[in-house]
Amino acid sequence: MKRPVIGPWIAIIIGVIYFLVPLIATFEFSLRMKRGVYSFEAYRVVFGDPNFQASFTYSAVIAIAAILFGILIVVPTAYIVQLKLPRLRPLVEFITLLPLVIPAIVLVFGYLRMYNSSSWIPLTNSVRGTDFLLTCAYVTLALPYMYRAVDTGLRAIDIRTLTEAAQSLGSSWPRILFQVILPNVRVAVLSGAFLTFAIVIGEFTMASLLNRPAFGPYLQLVGANRAYEPAALAIIAFIITWACMGLIQLFGGGRQNATRR
Amino acid sequence: MTFLTLESITKTFGNQTTIHGIDLAVERGEFVSFLGPSGCGKTTTLRMIAGFETPTSGTIKIDEKDVTDLRPNQRNIGMVFQAYALFPNMTVADNIAFGLKVAKKSSSEIAARVKEMLALIKLPDVGSRYPYQLSGGQQQRVALARALAIQPKILLLDEPLSALDAKIRISLREEIRAVQRALGITTIYVTHDQEEALSMSDRICVMNDGRIEQLGTPFEIYNYPKTRFVASFVGTLNILAGKVLDSTAGRIAIDDQEVVASTGLNGASAGDTLAVALRPEALSIGHANGGSNNLTGTIDEVHFLGSVVRIRVRFGDNVVSLDTFNRPHSAPPERGQPVTVNFTREDILVLDRPAI
Amino acid sequence: MAETAAELARTRPRPVSLTWLGVVPFMLFALMFLIVPATLLMIGAFQDPQGNFTLQNIANLNQPTIIRAYQTSIAISAASAFGGALLGFGLAYAVALGHVPRWIRPTMMTFSGVASNFAGVPLAFAFMATLGRTGLVTALLTSIFGINIYRYGFNLLSFGGLTLTYLYFQIPLMILIMTPAIDGLKREWREASSILGASTWQYWRMIAFPILWPSLLGSFLLLFANAFGAIATAYALTGSSLNIITILLFAQIRGDVLHDPNLGYALALGMILITGLSNGAYIWLRSRSERWMR
Repeated sequence: MKRPVIGPWIAIIIGVIYFLVPLIATFEFSLRMKRGVYSFEAYRVVFGDPNFQASFTYSAVIAIAAILFGILIVVPTAYIVQLKLPRLRPLVEFITLLPLVIPAIVLVFGYLRMYNSSSWIPLTNSVRGTDFLLTCAYVTLALPYMYRAVDTGLRAIDIRTLTEAAQSLGSSWPRILFQVILPNVRVAVLSGAFLTFAIVIGEFTMASLLNRPAFGPYLQLVGANRAYEPAALAIIAFIITWACMGLIQLFGGGRQNATRR
Repeated sequence: MTFLTLESITKTFGNQTTIHGIDLAVERGEFVSFLGPSGCGKTTTLRMIAGFETPTSGTIKIDEKDVTDLRPNQRNIGMVFQAYALFPNMTVADNIAFGLKVAKKSSSEIAARVKEMLALIKLPDVGSRYPYQLSGGQQQRVALARALAIQPKILLLDEPLSALDAKIRISLREEIRAVQRALGITTIYVTHDQEEALSMSDRICVMNDGRIEQLGTPFEIYNYPKTRFVASFVGTLNILAGKVLDSTAGRIAIDDQEVVASTGLNGASAGDTLAVALRPEALSIGHANGGSNNLTGTIDEVHFLGSVVRIRVRFGDNVVSLDTFNRPHSAPPERGQPVTVNFTREDILVLDRPAI
Repeated sequence: MAETAAELARTRPRPVSLTWLGVVPFMLFALMFLIVPATLLMIGAFQDPQGNFTLQNIANLNQPTIIRAYQTSIAISAASAFGGALLGFGLAYAVALGHVPRWIRPTMMTFSGVASNFAGVPLAFAFMATLGRTGLVTALLTSIFGINIYRYGFNLLSFGGLTLTYLYFQIPLMILIMTPAIDGLKREWREASSILGASTWQYWRMIAFPILWPSLLGSFLLLFANAFGAIATAYALTGSSLNIITILLFAQIRGDVLHDPNLGYALALGMILITGLSNGAYIWLRSRSERWMR
């Protein structure tokens, strides 16, 4: 049975055009800052901007904090649910999928109500408190992807045997978790981490509404006021996303995906 | 009358030829098995009959009509797949009705036919179930019913039993054969299991390396294998090195002991070394039958298999296995014991190539 | 069975409380950053500023601006989800069953992983540079073909423009979800249907499509929710000129317009209801269409 392959080719060609043209156009646009010649002037301006450096550093720090905090919360839970409390699985999975159902803007609105200056836990009163809140917000955003990555990783290894082996050698619980289980799901945890980084680094809504000087609001601000720098920033952001996905592939993380709002 | 004809069929994938000119004529109502190891081309040949693959050259005729270039859905063939391939989204009844529905049969006709088919496979009450609710054996019977519902000209079965348990395999192969006989439908059955092929077929087509090695009834294939491949693939065979003493008289020396074959020695001349085959069940020990062949050796190994005791006897460099029935009142022989093995002249199979 | 379970329980006494303690951080986190905040909003939607119960906030949603914002959001989400599902399915089909060279598939999958995450503000920049008034494609179309798309009514900062932009992450997301689902179609199903006399079209209509239907529906609703909650791309692209519900809520939270927190809670409640309903509908439809699955 020979089927003509023209249809699939048309689909692929349209897809390639749709996906590559904006990238090419953006790159071309980013090179046009100097009148009449192509140059990397826009990139030079962007990289030289102290606000770029500050906001990017801030977002990177928050992202790393969110990754560490996320691992601390997700790994023990996924481990216990799989090994000891499979009854809890439906509940835990439901919870981890909630961030896909409740839009980020609604969540942050809820935080503002719950943690405002006149509430029981006035996190937004202090800068550190707000940073902590933003970190938690990002942990929440990344929860579906982090949990799924770790859960898949745990399924791939025989955690029961590993645990029993460690127990028979007299290891304590925290030791088992952090010295036996965690190294064995390193790949899964890493892919969850890079995914979290990709989602969080340019996040706009939450950072903006919590009034923190993050990379997302900075991007928006540049976009509203400049012409060529935004194109350069778009290319930089695309390369960062590509690097995160590339690292996931490199570590054998397979096909994970996420969406940022 | 020839119903299905393959005429010098070849198939090339890329630069690799997997089928080298196959000719085959199948009679109406005949049950023919394609038997061979995996990669021998049996499935490819079946898929060309079905129309999933197009032959690189040659013609396929069904009922005198050239179907070589017809699409599968124009050939009116029934097919049963190894992995059942029932449509998971349809009930058993809908699965069986599928071919009739696409042929735009009336709903009353479809209902009647589905009922008839369910009765044929002896599962009258499963019509409303989904495939996942059935056992593997039941699913394969439904697949058979689905293939037969469209009243195909030819039924093709591609290793239909290999995914099933041993017990179900045996009962189902009897059932498939019974249904095939009742309907008188021309059938091609692909298998790598010689027992299946021997027990079910009218004729067996033994294939190897994209060629037909031998075509014949199960009796012929088993008892008179034409090639060394057929002999070793069908049944268990002892192959010994024999030195030709006298070609016309059929005298051969095995480990310096003389035996006589009933057939000529394929034109081999004295001094040649031949491959000589002996079936385990043709050999017996301890008798000195007049006129038959005797070989003296020592017992190498005794395997007690229950109803049968398999004994390995060594003659110099040659080892043969032979089967004797278990007799509760006489203990099996012991290792190291000297023993005489007897067989008749007819039991010696001289294989085609005078080499080893 | 019951006996062995009881035996196990007797011979291996477990420190149950300790095990439960292990999931406490997660549960506490979920309560503090997911469940309680969302619940507080929903409660707030039924309170006046003094904290008394009222339905006034819900009633206040009935304003032309708000109704239109919901409508536009739903329309853009549905359009981009539909377009993304359709084109994403086409591409997933092409790489999975289209007999194209083997290297195309991993390339496409990797790219999809990147593009589905390339959203937010930078995506808006990219489309501005492409299809904005001074964008490359706009300029090329004008100079080569003499077609000024803006004169023909195209506007990037509109329903159509935003939908086109959203497709950039919707299509790849669909590819990522659907390719494994299409791989799940067994070759034998197609062959069995073909030998039973069915055409390719009949195979797709009667077998492949019904089997893929739950995945298709689920992906559509995921894409819908994905676009419905999105704000960064739209905000960076249009500022607050486009009246969609997320931008309206954003402005409300910032205190730019309405300045009535309780009305904001009602807006948020509406959003949760819409995404919640679409997910509920998905679960219900899936359970109906998957009777034949374990």
